[in-house]
Amino acid sequence: MNRQAQAAILFLTGAALLHAGLTNLYLRYVKAGLQPLLLASGAILILASLATVWYEWRDRKPKATEAHNHGDDHAHGQEDDHEHTHREPRISWLLVLPLLALILVAPPALGSYSAMRTGTALQQPYGYNKLPATGPLNLTVVDYAGRAVYDHGRSLAGRQIHVTGFVALDHAGAPYLVRMALNCCAADAQPVKIALTGKVPPVLEPDKWLEVTGTYTTQQIKDPVNNGPIPYLKITSAKPVPTPSDPYDESWNQ
Amino acid sequence: MAITEEAPRGPNSHAPAPPTETPPKPAAPRPPDRQPADAKSPDSHPADAKSPDKQPADRKSPNTQPADAQSPHAKAAAAKSLDSKPADAKSPDAKSPDAKPADAKLPDSKSPLVLTLLLLSVVLLQGPIRGALSAPVMQSWMTVFVAVLVQALPFLVLGVLLSAAIAVFVPPSFFARALPSRPALAVPVAGMAGAMLPGCECASVPVAGALVRRGVTPAAALAFLLSAPAINPIVLTATAVAFPRNPEMVLGRFLASLLVSCVMGWLWQRLGRTDWLRTPERSHYEGPSKGAAFWNSVRHDVMHAGGFLVVGAMAAATLKALAPASWLRTAAENPLVAILALAVLAVLLSICSEADAFVAASLTQFSLTAKLAFLVVGPMIDLKLFAMQAGTFGRGFALRFAPATFALAIVGAVLTGAVLL
Repeated sequence: MNRQAQAAILFLTGAALLHAGLTNLYLRYVKAGLQPLLLASGAILILASLATVWYEWRDRKPKATEAHNHGDDHAHGQEDDHEHTHREPRISWLLVLPLLALILVAPPALGSYSAMRTGTALQQPYGYNKLPATGPLNLTVVDYAGRAVYDHGRSLAGRQIHVTGFVALDHAGAPYLVRMALNCCAADAQPVKIALTGKVPPVLEPDKWLEVTGTYTTQQIKDPVNNGPIPYLKITSAKPVPTPSDPYDESWNQ
Repeated sequence: MAITEEAPRGPNSHAPAPPTETPPKPAAPRPPDRQPADAKSPDSHPADAKSPDKQPADRKSPNTQPADAQSPHAKAAAAKSLDSKPADAKSPDAKSPDAKPADAKLPDSKSPLVLTLLLLSVVLLQGPIRGALSAPVMQSWMTVFVAVLVQALPFLVLGVLLSAAIAVFVPPSFFARALPSRPALAVPVAGMAGAMLPGCECASVPVAGALVRRGVTPAAALAFLLSAPAINPIVLTATAVAFPRNPEMVLGRFLASLLVSCVMGWLWQRLGRTDWLRTPERSHYEGPSKGAAFWNSVRHDVMHAGGFLVVGAMAAATLKALAPASWLRTAAENPLVAILALAVLAVLLSICSEADAFVAASLTQFSLTAKLAFLVVGPMIDLKLFAMQAGTFGRGFALRFAPATFALAIVGAVLTGAVLL
């Protein structure tokens, strides 16, 4: 790969990072806190590509005269050096792949496929925030599951609860409401699951986001993958919602 | 520098030289005044380092290369024409019209064309490609693949910037001066000095080569080579970010890596033989000016390390999306198997040390000690490092050095893990 191609790839990669960082695209892959670093690195990559082009352009004239210049009096030792220090890395071609993946495909955030392959990652919460005394509760999947399993639903009993997550179906077709929680990037994302019961909508499509309304129930099952606890939520109604701008639960980062 | 050297060559340029197959000869026209600086043997470095005149020492820094070779392109042309690919035989006029005459000398000058065609065809075919990639397993694979890269690229860029700045603006003679003259003492000092080279292993190999070339005792240079990718602030910060709930991982990584690199240094001092080590000749940091050298280094490292990072991300995504959870769970259940499995994985994945902590954090089934083994082994020895070490120090060296490093790194990680984690 010569320098022009390298400059092109650097530029496109930088532009792709800037694009992902400036839209909400990056939230599909990494945590929100990475945005400034993403933008800075994108800008630096573009700068590096411009510098490459600039030095290429500036060197062109000297090079053109020089390369035609020295016919046959070469020191072979020198050439050997050049060969192994200057072999342009062929492995760099691989950088085209993430570029295409990010620009053309922009794969969605991890969904039901990963969620059902991985066991629920529910951990005992450090503590529980105080909930409003009256009215319906808006809880995250992680919050509901934590209170239902480890607080035995004390703060939940008898309340109307709204939870948002995406749908996942296990082998038997049983429905779950899932949110992936992540520390850093999608590579370490792990699901937290709630099993659904009650008035479950007749047709559920995996990966569709739902806001379900329901009540706490003491029923629990074990996740077949890792024997983690999965609490149930008794649904009274459910409505489809658009994918949230940050599809992951990042509460573990705080 | 380049401009002053152009002058003597000007007249010759009228000669009708064969266009392609003649690699330029960089050494011959070098002005005599640079000769002494370049011709210095490594053992003369103390004198050079102590000389009050800073200039010669600076010239011996990686920037010296451009002085004798003119422009990187001339060398690239030389290197490529040695490959003598079929493309070489093509004369410029046989090329596609968009290839510029200057490029026609490079066999790989078609790469922009190839790149353009590749991008165009993928854009045209994006419908079918998207269809093929819509299976859940493929989507999940791609998401993890892109995620690892998006997460790692900022750290890679940061590390490459700093390592280019140090490699270009700090002359290697500085390191020679800073080290104690007794090898046994120089090893731990060099190991600690690894913390000053913020970068990944791709950066440390050429720097270690430069250290050996400048007369630093190989044992110390090797300790530096092993410790630098693991204990520098960028990598430790990335580790802290990746393990927000286990800050002891950062300390464990630091201590285990330092321990292993010092032991390897002392081991080399006792058992190593000079004829195993092929003294590296040159580093790739070069350019007609400091600015050019800096950006050249940035470009090269991003392209090079980025390419290997893609390999690592693909392997990590495959592992995450395809490997049955039961397989990993089985490996994770037995503590000893888990440690060995992750150590081997670190070698195979060849992830940049600036990014490997995030991959380690994603291997949630494994014990912290196994993850520590992953983090200690990875920066010291993996497939791409083995290739780079064989290229820089010779195959005979790499074949002896790599297995010893692998075994010692596991032992060091287990010991540290037993104490700390």
